[in-house]
Amino acid sequence: MLDSVEPYTTEDGRKIGGVVMEMKNITLRFGGVTAIQDISFDIRDGEIRAIIGPNGAGKSSMLNVISGFYNPQEGEVFYKGEKRPPMKPFQVAQQGIARTFQNIALFEGMSVLDNVMTGRIRQMKAGLFAQALWKGKAEREEVENREVVEKVIDFLEIQHIRKTPVGRLPYGLKKRVELARALAAEPSILLLDEPMAGMNVEEKEDMSRFILDVNDEFGTTIALIEHDMGVVMDLSDRVVVMDYGKKIGDGTPDEVRTNQDVIDAYLGVAHD
Amino acid sequence: MPEQLVFAMEVFLNGLMAGVLYALVALGFVLIYKASGIFNYAQGVMALFAALTLVGIMDGQVPFSHLINAVFGTEIHHFGWHLPALLAIVLTMVVMIALAWLVNHFVFRHLVNQEPIILFMASIGLAYFLEGMGDIMWGADIKKLDVGLPQGINSAIDEITFGIFDYGFFIDNLDIVATGIAALLVVGLVIFAQYTKQGRAMRAVADDHQAALSVGISLNYIWVMVWSLAGFVALVAGIVWGTKSGVQFSLSLIALKALPVLMLGGFTSIPGAIVGGLIIGVGEKLFEFAIGPMIGGATENWFAYVLALIFLVFRPQGLFGEKIIERV
Repeated sequence: MLDSVEPYTTEDGRKIGGVVMEMKNITLRFGGVTAIQDISFDIRDGEIRAIIGPNGAGKSSMLNVISGFYNPQEGEVFYKGEKRPPMKPFQVAQQGIARTFQNIALFEGMSVLDNVMTGRIRQMKAGLFAQALWKGKAEREEVENREVVEKVIDFLEIQHIRKTPVGRLPYGLKKRVELARALAAEPSILLLDEPMAGMNVEEKEDMSRFILDVNDEFGTTIALIEHDMGVVMDLSDRVVVMDYGKKIGDGTPDEVRTNQDVIDAYLGVAHD
Repeated sequence: MPEQLVFAMEVFLNGLMAGVLYALVALGFVLIYKASGIFNYAQGVMALFAALTLVGIMDGQVPFSHLINAVFGTEIHHFGWHLPALLAIVLTMVVMIALAWLVNHFVFRHLVNQEPIILFMASIGLAYFLEGMGDIMWGADIKKLDVGLPQGINSAIDEITFGIFDYGFFIDNLDIVATGIAALLVVGLVIFAQYTKQGRAMRAVADDHQAALSVGISLNYIWVMVWSLAGFVALVAGIVWGTKSGVQFSLSLIALKALPVLMLGGFTSIPGAIVGGLIIGVGEKLFEFAIGPMIGGATENWFAYVLALIFLVFRPQGLFGEKIIERV
């Protein structure tokens, strides 16, 4: 565990700042089932934070708590130093927390460009009438937002499919478009739910590279979920390990790798 | 030119005009269906309700006056004002937006992710509720609606065609105006859906709720907006139909004519609603003109439905609807 929250610079020269989000004693139940039990951890500005664990460990539930899709029964969420009241998912998104989904949630009937443009909705302030008249502010706003979107599209190398309806794209590209949409929001935290699920080795390498590049280039804070330990260890600065809804490890990849509880969970030691 | 052909041309033109009116109603259906997957049976009644409210506000009628008088033994009927049409239209639109909010807040917000048939049933319920509400609020008598739209034979067309064919076409001014309004409405809606932030958000919600939430779109806001838009289209349809045939409760039945229009045009296409409306309008007028006399007439009552039935067999998604692909 990192004891201090002093800013520091990583070996590869990235700057890690203070705590941007803190989860305190989160407990989430569905009826009688406890999906998350009394978990606390934090996410620091500029880092890549992974949440790992075997299937059914409660990783996705945790991500859904952070993004407001679930509201926990107990515990507190602090965002940028302030306690966050229970919120709807769209309000969380408007606060600057963008996410992707394990099973991809894109607007299949819309083009790649339109999909990525929806990521800018929280930045677009011009009212309906201003847009109807299409003058001054609204026009400038559209152009500015378009510039950000084009930059993201270039960055993720999806220029060639800008006008293609998303429904026609193969799986790997859809995942990338979803990442582009989340990135276009210029989020203060980017949540990735199993960004590499169902991908082949080559696609996984591409995605890993994009995640690292995004973090490096834009300084985006990233929290990602993955059950494949190998991928995560190379990517992340710090790792939370969950099993059966409990936190069993938290620290740098090396610390986690040598943690006996983590080894047991992954090798499948019987629970009492 | 043979006389029959000239007659057929006049019938064709009149069919186009009638088709525009069908399309106006169908548009409201498409809007709501696209954005929320609800087949809104109440669209026709919304047009009726809008027209009733418009007349009531213009003439300064006291809403619920029959009920109030019956309960309190009073004799109030009118506020005693006559509002200009434009102001009354704006006020009616405010009522329609309030209605949109109420409908979303008390009915459809609670039915998210339900089966389409349940949403459809809810909209039937809404239709009867609104019809009853319109009755209690404004009374069941037939009302005259005049917001200043021109009516009667268009003499220019009459004279020109008389000059060419030696026979003057009868084209109603109201139909011409309605065509212009419908064209404006469609262009406006398409621009709104394609080029504004709200339009983009509307398409996003129609496509995927979860994804829409994750980029910061409030579903309730979009649904209220869509119902308001449908209310606006209903108001326009109500004004045109109400001017044409008086504001009466049979107005709500024009919703049924929108069904075959939608089957032709596809439930998800705004241009489809227009083209479908035109095909039905022209088709039923020409059929009545050419075949009607041979089989005893009155074909306009059923022609549209038979045409829709044929379409259902050969092209169930309609002319412009999204293709239905079943993956096995």
